[in-house]
Amino acid sequence: MSFVPVTPVEQAEMLATIGLTKIEALFQHIPESLRATSWDVPPGQSEMAVRARLAQLAGHGDGTRICFLGGGYYDHFVPAAVDALASRGEFATAYTPYQPEAAQGTLQSIYEYQSAVCRLTGMDFANASLYDGGTAVFEAATMAVRLTRRQHIVCHDSLNPLYREILETHTANLGLELLDGDDPAGAACVIVQNPAFLGDVRDFAPLAQRCHEAGALLIMSFYPLSLGLLKTPGAMGADIAVAEGQSLGVPLSFGGPYLGILTTRKEHVRRMPGRLAAATEDAQGRRGFVLTLQAREQHIRREKAMSNICSNEALIALRALIYLCLLGKEGLREAAAHCHAKAEFLKRRLSFARLLNPGPTFNEFAIRLPRKAQEVCAALAEQGYLAGLPLSAVGRGEETDLLVAVTEQRTRAQLDAFAEALARACR
Amino acid sequence: MELIFEKSRPGRRAVVFDPLDVPEATLPPALCREEPAALPEVGELDVVRHFSRLSQRNFGIDTHFYPLGSCTMKYNPKMAEAVAAHPGFLALHPHLASAPAMWPLCQGAFELIFELERLLAGIAGMRQVSLQPIAGAHGELTGTLMIAAYHREKGNARDTILIPDSAHGTNPASAAIAGFKVVEVPSLPDGTLDPEAFRKALNESVAGVMMTCPNTHGLFEPRVREIAQMAHETDALMYYDGANLNAIIGECRPGDLGFDVMHFNLHKTFATPHGMGGPGSGPVGVGERLEAFLPGPRVVRDGNAFGLASPPRSIGRISAFFGNFLIAVRAYAYILHLGGDGLRQVAHNAVLNANYVYARLKDLFEPAFDGPFMHECVFSAAPLAKHGVHALDIAKALLDRGFHAPTVYFPLTVKESLMIEPTETESKETLDAFCDAMAEIARLAAREPETLHAAPVTLPVGRLDEVRAARELNCRV
Ligand SMILES: Cc1ncc(COP(=O)(O)O)c(C=O)c1O
Repeated sequence: MSFVPVTPVEQAEMLATIGLTKIEALFQHIPESLRATSWDVPPGQSEMAVRARLAQLAGHGDGTRICFLGGGYYDHFVPAAVDALASRGEFATAYTPYQPEAAQGTLQSIYEYQSAVCRLTGMDFANASLYDGGTAVFEAATMAVRLTRRQHIVCHDSLNPLYREILETHTANLGLELLDGDDPAGAACVIVQNPAFLGDVRDFAPLAQRCHEAGALLIMSFYPLSLGLLKTPGAMGADIAVAEGQSLGVPLSFGGPYLGILTTRKEHVRRMPGRLAAATEDAQGRRGFVLTLQAREQHIRREKAMSNICSNEALIALRALIYLCLLGKEGLREAAAHCHAKAEFLKRRLSFARLLNPGPTFNEFAIRLPRKAQEVCAALAEQGYLAGLPLSAVGRGEETDLLVAVTEQRTRAQLDAFAEALARACR
Repeated sequence: MELIFEKSRPGRRAVVFDPLDVPEATLPPALCREEPAALPEVGELDVVRHFSRLSQRNFGIDTHFYPLGSCTMKYNPKMAEAVAAHPGFLALHPHLASAPAMWPLCQGAFELIFELERLLAGIAGMRQVSLQPIAGAHGELTGTLMIAAYHREKGNARDTILIPDSAHGTNPASAAIAGFKVVEVPSLPDGTLDPEAFRKALNESVAGVMMTCPNTHGLFEPRVREIAQMAHETDALMYYDGANLNAIIGECRPGDLGFDVMHFNLHKTFATPHGMGGPGSGPVGVGERLEAFLPGPRVVRDGNAFGLASPPRSIGRISAFFGNFLIAVRAYAYILHLGGDGLRQVAHNAVLNANYVYARLKDLFEPAFDGPFMHECVFSAAPLAKHGVHALDIAKALLDRGFHAPTVYFPLTVKESLMIEPTETESKETLDAFCDAMAEIARLAAREPETLHAAPVTLPVGRLDEVRAARELNCRV
């Protein structure tokens, strides 16, 4: 099986047109010494067998437990229409809109996505997508380095430690210095996250002001769904705002595909990485959409490009757009309000544990348990719960610290039962 | 067509949540947005019609022949979509991998990652593979970062990567983003890398060489082994851009050709959909020189169970978890389904289809090189300039005839380039219809060039004013 439709008779005809008799002759110019020394891929299997095998692997995990695990990736509700529309072959099997007249569906959806993201964030420009939240932080940091010509990047402790690690990996050979804290003096940027990795919600406007006084940029990593309620990066004065877009209609999927969101202010758009769609007209005055400012990109600028990104996450951006349309103005506020209210309810039910957040939180908070968090997670998994993220496992706390997330999908009954189960496991 | 924002009606809604079953909670006003985000207010049917209609304004593989050179736009099997939609994969939280206490809950996913990495390593003749990179270009960046780490570890002061002038734009961009200087090596008139120019460019500052084979001219690089040997004599490492693996899968393996590190494009060779630009997936493979530097953590087998460990000198995380996992699921299903024989047939028929198109078109358009071409063939539309016809006109005329255009104006080494990659999943009658359309366009170019300038006339919009788009920068409403 290989989805090759050409029949043996047709193959012979095609070879005759080429002037050959055997298909192997198409490879005869490759010397024997350069041929594969081994080829031991197992024989093919029927669709039925493959699907049975994959179903078996999918069953060896557990997505059915009641989820309080977050840490940057959340168990939000995905309306059925998102899957139904985003899985249409006309979207899924298209590629980069290099021929705009044959890709108006793609280009208009990018334009609408950019619009929705700008309205959500209070920023001026959004690109068409980056890989994920972590790599978007890297792209934002190098954008700040380009804009300021400074070599220091300051990471605030609110930042997801995984993003920080991804940033370190990507910048290892760039001669940049990664510092911790929030001092913008001499820095290209200060990178903050709101809500923080441990859940705290802050107003970073004063820090934005300090950054600007010091000639540095403020980069903010945000949680898209939280912006149903929270003050926007734009209103706080962020220069570049980035996000992991998973919360907008994208299943958890063991880590991907996800969506890197990157937005910025007008004055920086020409230094922005990634694709950008713009509205224009054809000769008859009909509105249409094209990719624009392509001279920033690798296929034109090569080693001088703003980024090396080519394939991005367009189909996931489409999911996010459809999700934002289905929830709409009021639905997104409602989803965020429910997340927050349910998390506050659970927080109060967990009074046996020490709350580690000093101030307000959105839908996630950290608690210190009387027992090791990993043991508690293992015990609660037996009872059908993903209890949260043991913080020491990501280098952000004691062995007894647990990060607990609550989404709009949790019911009061689940919150009550979970609080009791957690209390029992800690006794 | 209207924007979804233009269809908004105050108060209309699609998704409504159940009434809140816990007390309402408030946040300090200073931390809250002043007004709800101005998202569209639309019903579910508004959304469904809007996006269904938008989708109909696209060419995709499901609806059109899509011979976009270098992109391997082959059929994306529906079986792979079905397995990737399994709720057991969709609901799997990635942080289950973060704490060993939760590893028992994601053994199936670990096994799949482990098995796919092993299969890909075998297919390419590499020692190990990591699924972490999210796209081909991300794989290139990962690979060049590993090359940098290798030289740093050895105390070699190397700051340059050599790249043929025919390379895809991501190669120099990735090398530069990784912190290297890029030196371009010219091609010979026959379209292959100039070995003398390469020898001259190779010096003590060269950390690595990035090559594509077959290259973006559709030609196998006959001296690839000698080039690798020269590079290795100076301790420069060889990077293989796997974008064109479809041409040689089962016939040649990058590891056997002398490459130390490579990326795969699962969205090309392994038939996962391109999704209007992504998501793709760009796993990296390494030979022994770079094994220790792979991104971590990686899935390892420990007796009967799977867990995680980081290679000794790992460059660290290049993405948060295991790359685009659901793309890996699709590619794994595809490899199991095709098997060793099916994958070899892929290369054979991809090369057959490209050579058939070449044979039918070579007297109508000017071949950019003499060949022998592999999975794609490259023509130059430059001779048509005397009629005022350009590659772009040919592309637009094809759209009117119901075919997606080939890649145009890439590779940059060919003037007015037309790069045609039919892939193995297209039938003879589709190829014939495409070649007939090309023949008609060639005739029109000589006799009625103005009809080509008007194209496309059958699509929702005609040629769009790109200069105005860049000037006005209307990128949102
Ligand atoms: C030859 C070649 N190399 C590299 C890439 C980059 O791959 P990706 O788009 O997955 O980042 C491409 C993609 O178009 C390509 O054609």
